[in-house]
Amino acid sequence: MASHESNYTPGTAIEKWVDDRLPIIRWSKTHLMDFPTPKNLNFWWTFGAILVMCLAIQIITGVVLAMHYTPHVSLAFDSVEHIRRDVNGGRIIQAVHATGASMFFFALYVHMFRGLYFGSYKAPREILWILGVLIFALVMATAFMGYVLPWGQMSFWAATVITNILGAVPVVGEPILQLLRGGFAVDNATLNRFFSLHYLLPFVVAAVVALHIWALHVPGNNNPIGVEVKSSRDTLSFHPYYTMKDAFFMVLFLIPFAWFVFFAPDILGHPDNYIQANSQVTPTHIVPEWYFLPFYAILRAIDFNILFIDSKLGGVIFFAGSILILFVVPWLDTSKVRSGTFRPVFKWFFWLFVLNFLALTYLGAAPAEGVYVLLSKIATAYYFLYFLVILPLLGRLETPRPLPTSISESVLAHH
Amino acid sequence: MANPATLAHPETPPATRRDFLYVATAAVGVVAAGGVAWPLINQLNPDASVLALATIEFDLGGIEEGQSVTIKWRGLPVFVRHRTAAEIEEAKAVPLSELKDPETDEQRTKVGHEQWLIMIANCTHLGCVPVGESGDFDGWFCPCHGSHYDSAGRIRKGPAPKNLVLPPYDFISDTLVQIG
Repeated sequence: MASHESNYTPGTAIEKWVDDRLPIIRWSKTHLMDFPTPKNLNFWWTFGAILVMCLAIQIITGVVLAMHYTPHVSLAFDSVEHIRRDVNGGRIIQAVHATGASMFFFALYVHMFRGLYFGSYKAPREILWILGVLIFALVMATAFMGYVLPWGQMSFWAATVITNILGAVPVVGEPILQLLRGGFAVDNATLNRFFSLHYLLPFVVAAVVALHIWALHVPGNNNPIGVEVKSSRDTLSFHPYYTMKDAFFMVLFLIPFAWFVFFAPDILGHPDNYIQANSQVTPTHIVPEWYFLPFYAILRAIDFNILFIDSKLGGVIFFAGSILILFVVPWLDTSKVRSGTFRPVFKWFFWLFVLNFLALTYLGAAPAEGVYVLLSKIATAYYFLYFLVILPLLGRLETPRPLPTSISESVLAHH
Repeated sequence: MANPATLAHPETPPATRRDFLYVATAAVGVVAAGGVAWPLINQLNPDASVLALATIEFDLGGIEEGQSVTIKWRGLPVFVRHRTAAEIEEAKAVPLSELKDPETDEQRTKVGHEQWLIMIANCTHLGCVPVGESGDFDGWFCPCHGSHYDSAGRIRKGPAPKNLVLPPYDFISDTLVQIG
């Protein structure tokens, strides 16, 4: 995979025998231990490992929960309560899984913003970035379907509203909607297939994560100064230096995680989801989970017709576009300088983008009336302008600060 | 393939019987793959038990003037509203030019049964169930994204693109209606 040679020498006859048949120890040593890693990685780089941990936690707790859960409209709600009240340790396992989704998204957003600031998507890491965006989309789909499974009021109406988005597609919208739901409304068929797919998708995510890490190990890590590794003086071996650093920040990450699980397992949810699904009544204020709010705000911001496109389809186009646009960021950003640290003007627009994203999160939960409607439109406009206008133009107009000649020079300059 | 003829024209070798077999095999393979894929996709479509519920009968006798009920048809909620004379007047007085999805009150009801408004209770925006007797137009208000419907279930304000959808239905007698 990468250009460096393996320096593994089998120590025993058994290791030699294994190495001749399946060189898995050699492979692990090369990629999990000796892998040369830039020595200036800061703590923002630990979120990759934290995300692997999040995926593992979700898969393990999820498989366990599936042993007690019943995907049927008349039993699903009660089976989740059964898990929380009767199953040994179920209260904690269910809370870890539900809270774990929020922690997963928090880490995902940090990881993605880190990539956007330090230009980690730029050549030669475009495929690495694209696979990352694909993982993000898959995790969103998985989380959405998982949220439907407890079959509370929020579950049901989230399923109705989100599948209805597809109904906006001209001509084929309605047939696709029926195909997706397996009926004329969200019902037992929908719940069953969502359970099946919710169980499948995490393993697809795991496979794409393997590709993501493969694509990382070809060029190696980007780093905070964005200057490529030039010699072995610029790197440290992954183990023990980064295994330790990752482990330390994993533990720090687990502290708020544990706080949520043990002290406030429901704080990120909605009380309405403790009412069983009822297709006759919609809760008065429906909001998605916090991690979908920015995109939900964009969906709602388009409440006007654009030429022949009606407001409903327009909202859907912008909603889908806000995620699809991430796939082409490597080609929208024209700057040759990777790291935002050396781009004095970019920095301002970047932090404004972060602020704008937080504003969209707030607006997604706010009622769609009064000043919030206008603010949502402004924030949506900035989201797209950042990618479509600011990134392409800044690369041409901005004068970056001089780059250090190498990673080791930059590290030594601080000491 | 290495016969004298192809060696003489290495750029464009003539199509051989083997080439034909490759193409034919690939074509049959694609058809077979499609044939296998289709049932695997089609199983997602509404099944026979869902389709079997496509027609229901409902007795309107117990619904007083000014009262609404929500019933279930094909898994969808359906509003049945016994409208007051004032609501009918109000709906009829609206000029079509004010409507986003122009329909007259007559088109929304059956002749001789103007007091009965029967509509699928899902907002045409994203499918929430609007709240009755509320909103700016004395009809329905959808709490999800703020669509207002009037007393004939027509969209008046907000993101919804269409009027509330009318299911196919007929009056079997003055009080018995068949939906579907």
